[in-house]
Amino acid sequence: MLELSGLCKTLPGTPPRVLFDALALRVADGECVAIVGESGSGKSTLLNCIAGLEPVDGGQIRVGELRVEQLDDDAMARLRRSHYGFVFQAFHILPHLNLLQNVALPLWLLQCPEDEATRRAQEMLARVGLGARALDPPQQLSGGELQRVAIARALVHTPQLVLADEPTGNLDPGRAMDVLDLLLGQIRANRAAGVLVTHSRAAAARADRVLELGPDGLRDITAGS
Amino acid sequence: MTSSLRRVFLASLLRRRLATALSLLAIALGVALGLAVQLIHGAALDEFGRGVRLLSGEADLQVVGPREGFDEGIYPLLARRAEVAEASPVLEIEARLPGRDDSLRILGVDLFRLMRVQPALMPLADREAAGEVGGNEGGDEARGAREAEPSRTGGDGRLAALQPHNLFLSADARAVLTQPYRSASGESQPPAISDGYLLAQSGLRSLRLRIAGQLPGASGSIGVMDIAGAQQHFERVGTLSRIDLKLADGVTVEAARLALETLLPPGVSLRVPEAAASEVGTLSRAYRVNLTMLAAIALLTGGFLVFSTQLLSVARRRREFALLRALGLERRELMRGLLAEGALVGVVGGALGVALGYALAGGAFRFVGGDLGAGFFRGLSPTLAFDPTLSLAYLLLGVGAGVAGTWIPAREAARVPPARALRAGEGERAGLPQAHARGRIAALLLALAGLACLLPPLSGIPVGGYAAVALILAAAVLALPALARAVLPLLAHGRSALWRLAHARLSATPAQAVVAGAGVIASVALAVSMAIMVSSFRVSVDDWLEQVLPADLYLRASSSSASGYLDPEALAAIAAVDGVATVDTTRLANLRLSDAEPLFSVLARPAQGNWGLPLVAGSMSVPEDAALPPIWVSEAAADRHRLAPGSHFELPLGGRLQRFIVVGIWRDYARQYGAALVERGDYVALTGDTRVNDAALRVAPGVDPAAVAEALRQRFGAEHITIALPGEIRALSLQIFDRTFLITYLMEAVAVLIGLFGIATTFAALATTRQGEFGMLRHLGLTRAEIGRLIAFEGALTAGLGVLAGTLAGGAIAWVLIEVINRQSFHWSMDLAVPWLVLGVFAFSLVALAALVARLAGRHAMQRSAVLAVKADW
Repeated sequence: MLELSGLCKTLPGTPPRVLFDALALRVADGECVAIVGESGSGKSTLLNCIAGLEPVDGGQIRVGELRVEQLDDDAMARLRRSHYGFVFQAFHILPHLNLLQNVALPLWLLQCPEDEATRRAQEMLARVGLGARALDPPQQLSGGELQRVAIARALVHTPQLVLADEPTGNLDPGRAMDVLDLLLGQIRANRAAGVLVTHSRAAAARADRVLELGPDGLRDITAGS
Repeated sequence: MTSSLRRVFLASLLRRRLATALSLLAIALGVALGLAVQLIHGAALDEFGRGVRLLSGEADLQVVGPREGFDEGIYPLLARRAEVAEASPVLEIEARLPGRDDSLRILGVDLFRLMRVQPALMPLADREAAGEVGGNEGGDEARGAREAEPSRTGGDGRLAALQPHNLFLSADARAVLTQPYRSASGESQPPAISDGYLLAQSGLRSLRLRIAGQLPGASGSIGVMDIAGAQQHFERVGTLSRIDLKLADGVTVEAARLALETLLPPGVSLRVPEAAASEVGTLSRAYRVNLTMLAAIALLTGGFLVFSTQLLSVARRRREFALLRALGLERRELMRGLLAEGALVGVVGGALGVALGYALAGGAFRFVGGDLGAGFFRGLSPTLAFDPTLSLAYLLLGVGAGVAGTWIPAREAARVPPARALRAGEGERAGLPQAHARGRIAALLLALAGLACLLPPLSGIPVGGYAAVALILAAAVLALPALARAVLPLLAHGRSALWRLAHARLSATPAQAVVAGAGVIASVALAVSMAIMVSSFRVSVDDWLEQVLPADLYLRASSSSASGYLDPEALAAIAAVDGVATVDTTRLANLRLSDAEPLFSVLARPAQGNWGLPLVAGSMSVPEDAALPPIWVSEAAADRHRLAPGSHFELPLGGRLQRFIVVGIWRDYARQYGAALVERGDYVALTGDTRVNDAALRVAPGVDPAAVAEALRQRFGAEHITIALPGEIRALSLQIFDRTFLITYLMEAVAVLIGLFGIATTFAALATTRQGEFGMLRHLGLTRAEIGRLIAFEGALTAGLGVLAGTLAGGAIAWVLIEVINRQSFHWSMDLAVPWLVLGVFAFSLVALAALVARLAGRHAMQRSAVLAVKADW
């Protein structure tokens, strides 16, 4: 579960620019929330604040029982290792590891026993449809396939929270929807909380809720709400 | 290329300032070392050549013989010949200066001949000396001389020069001899000139020679006196060292050589004066070539460094190039632009290197001397002059290294289709440049290296050995990916995620190991091979010294070539000193076996007794049925003259050729041009020469050798003899040995430093290309410190592979150095002694240092915000 309350972020400059003020959000386990908004509205910054990679000027960020904004850099890194999963626009699959190793990476960081790491990574690859290609190098994969590997990596260690920043930005529209369905399906299956930042209304529509970030904060624009 | 395009490439060099600066520095150091070695030896050889030209003057041919001289009876025979217009006899004395370790070269000359053949050596009498001569000879002339300024051609000056006690000194000699001399051990020894007299030594006596004037046309440290005076003072009556011949008009050198050669006894020959310079050139050549090879490896390492930085910079700029190509930049232009980048690095690095080379050479002249501590050019004071051709050649070498290092990366960059490089996800798809396993080529190169070792030397240079060194280095670089594949699986057991990441990266991209490790291989191979060779050499020299110095005390009147000696009377006096049990002597004679080669040493001493002889073949005992006198030859003599136990060897002794039978071969680290030992009895019977240079003493049981030494000093005067205990000689010899190799240690250090630059630039560049990866890992929960550790692991693994390959290559090169290069250059054999501990510490430190350097170089990338890093795709 993710819970934001009274979150403030101001960008330095003259004059300083308030990105959000007293922002509040609650994402339940197994729920996927899409955040849309204009370029520069602060969607990605919000995601980075949640990830503890950018400091906030006020408010609280809770992941489960933990208060993220109170942690120092190293403690935050350890929290990300165990509680977070990430999917990036540019995939960021390591070219020198094969698919299985790429997916097992978060388990390695958590010092999961070798056999178990391999088993779980293999299972996860199978869940994203790449089970037969576990030992292939990433060089042989298309963009869509690379993003599937990234999704497997984001979920393999059953994180409580999955953050995805434009996960379909580098994919063609047909492939994008398949990948997105896979991502959201896996997040729900894992009972994790998911936050998805995207430009694409079509992509956002697949989430449980769609929120628009604007100068006044988050506004629920879910179709039918 | 337009100027704006040029800016694109130039800006790239400026952006990666660290890599550019290190590449520049690496090339500069390689160029500087090579140029400095060449400049120093060139200047020393030039100076020597000038000296030779001065001493031989206008002579067309010289008659030369053993260092001890030849019978002056040849002189009138030659002077009378129609082919000869002028003949100028010279007696050359290396006068020992009592109480000092240096000596003065004194030429005994016939003044009237000198004027016609070597006018530059004409003495100029000081006014006072000329006046005195005048006073002795007659009043009128004396008055005239007192009024006139001294003149070279004036009758008074000439008369002064004819006085047997009068000596004329060059300005250099005067400057050196009026100063105290600082000996090798740092002790200050008294000036040789006082109150207008020079104190010289002949045998065990001191002589006072009057400084009567100067040699205005001479350079270098020499003195000139009348030949009759020199023969008399230095007890060399009836001998000459040289006769300088000016040929009659129309007579060619070849014709004269043919006609005159028949008049000369064995061991005396004719040569053109320039041959003396080439003789010294030959002596120092092997040492020079060795140093040049070290410099070449430093430059090669610099070339590798340019290669790694350019390759990585090209990898990083793939998209930039793709964009430029998409915008219409031609493939050729791209390649040219990149090569120009390399050339620019080469030009600037080369120019820096040339400047640094001159500075190094200047510093070396000041602090080490023109022979780089090896003792080939003692007594010369060479000057450094700008040599435009040589400087340009080295500048071009720098440019060559820059362009060669850029060639492959530039070609790769120009080949990539722009559309592919611009696609998203290309980073993952392209991966890193793959190194192809070239195990077969590496094996082929090694086989070729083995064959090259079998080649004989080419005019004294072990060309095959050097080729083998280059081939082994190339094979090691080519075999690195294969080595990585063989070794990395053995290291796959680490549990930590960081170790696994580092290991996986290097396993998947052995090319990275090649790029970063190539410089390490070259420098480690160099350092390891030199360490093994020097350690083997030092251990062998130490053992050798122990074997050749078995007596309790050693006594000498002067170094072998100088004017001090011991005669039978002195030996009897030594034997009579209380506490002396036995005295064995050595006479060292230097013979001329051919007209262009350095002299051949003959040691006359009892084969068994107080002197040791480290045999490597044959035996000390003479077969009873031997019809010829026995001889034991050094390894160098055996190599040069193709001798083995049982073969016959002829030496010009006592004016005729004497045949000996080779009984044994011994190891000699003192004389690289060959030496032979003959029984003292045989030598005296053949030559009638009863003088000796050195004596080895055993003291009676219970007697303190130091007390005997003191008694001997009191008996003969401490300034006339040098007495040493074997331990002192060993310590001094090893000290000289270490000084000789100091310069090689310095060059190795530079090469290792350049190798570390390679690690630094590679990891700085890699870290920049991998910012996205590091950003992702930060998202996945790695702390900054862990990223730093990851880079350090990678640096250590890469360097570890480089060190492993370098050590293997270094071991092979050490073998080539010991068995081929040293054998062929110096004819020295040595026993292998591997300094395991030193090598282990060196390898470990280098790996640790590489880890540190890589971490420092990667710091820049770690500092970048993880957020920005994952945003940007390139």
